[in-house]
Amino acid sequence: MINPASEHDLQAYADGELPEERQAAVAAWLADHPEDAERIENYRRLAAELRSTYEGVLDEPVPERLQRALRPSRTRRFAMVAAWIAFGAALGGILGWQFHSMQPNPAAGTEAASALARRAAVAHATYSPEVRHPVEVGADQEAHLVTWLSKRLGTQLRAPKLEGVGYSLVGGRLLPGEQGPVAHFMYQCNRGTRVTLYVRSDMASNRSTAFRYTREGTVGVFYWVDGKSGYALSSGDISKEDLLNVANAAYQQLNPP
Amino acid sequence: MNEAQRLVELIPRLRRYARALVGDRATADDLVQDTLERAWAKLHLYRRGTDLRAWLFTVMHNVHVNRVRASRATDTLGDEMPELAQRAPQGDALLVRDLDRGIARLPADQRAVLLLVTLEEMSYEQVARTLGIPIGTVMSRLSRAREKLRAMMLGQPVSAKLKVVK
Repeated sequence: MINPASEHDLQAYADGELPEERQAAVAAWLADHPEDAERIENYRRLAAELRSTYEGVLDEPVPERLQRALRPSRTRRFAMVAAWIAFGAALGGILGWQFHSMQPNPAAGTEAASALARRAAVAHATYSPEVRHPVEVGADQEAHLVTWLSKRLGTQLRAPKLEGVGYSLVGGRLLPGEQGPVAHFMYQCNRGTRVTLYVRSDMASNRSTAFRYTREGTVGVFYWVDGKSGYALSSGDISKEDLLNVANAAYQQLNPP
Repeated sequence: MNEAQRLVELIPRLRRYARALVGDRATADDLVQDTLERAWAKLHLYRRGTDLRAWLFTVMHNVHVNRVRASRATDTLGDEMPELAQRAPQGDALLVRDLDRGIARLPADQRAVLLLVTLEEMSYEQVARTLGIPIGTVMSRLSRAREKLRAMMLGQPVSAKLKVVK
């Protein structure tokens, strides 16, 4: 008699994966081969033991850090932005009230910040559609890129890591700003959507501002000022909410608490 | 029910698989956390209507492979049992009574197949899809894993050949 049961058949038999019409034949063959029958029985026992060994894990309470991993603090981020906006508004109100008689132009900082957003949006619209030359220096030379731009801007820059929110660095370039050089980092998600981070180091007001959002044409921009540094994150393709998600990731790295 | 809720429901199963895969609880939960974060970031790549569990386990498999690769870069262990050379000492007869220690001694690719089939009770086809390997490979890895494990549990030499060569 030809051996009707290959090793694969036996494995499949042990796992209940064998088509019904083959089961009887394999069972009959095993009846004549007690050694193999015992081996297959042993496989089944191992599987059952394995399940009972690890069964308890299913009933363990899920640690909070794992639950949090799936709600990447969307609520926390919104709360943070809301807090920033409220804080900014309150601060602006108080400062405006206290200084409005002595400050000739209380909106100067705000104007500079919105100019930052405008220029960032233009830079985004200019470079993000580029297919062949989106950046001057690619992410493969990230260390060189950051050193070079830091030197030109006269301050230590960082290219935030945005992999956590689905974007990886494409590279960056140097741009002419209002008064001096500006750094421009480009990121891309694996669907090809790009966001760009525009960094100035010569904000005259030297004051920190709240997180703000504006739209320039089709480009959405989140921007903020931290001392002399001005940051603007732009995208034309993703929703405000998604951009906020990316902006928050960048913000947290660039302005660690 | 949306994907996020379904992912939440799959967490206990991910933890069970991770525990069996890497052994200790903290490392296993680290793996689960990395997996969930990555799955969350990549959720737009999941095609609705397809098997979410298989997709999630694929993410975990990839994360695990990357983690092992990263840790291997820092030590100089051989290929055969990369993560576990420090566990039990080698002997002619490997008397490994505890099942989890036996599993830990399996080569990583065989261990994954065995656990998905037995613990997760995935069909061979689902395992093939999850790990991105042909069904034939699933079956041969499964067969080898079981034979090794059985030999270990019986306290016999792992290689069947050793029994006949004198």
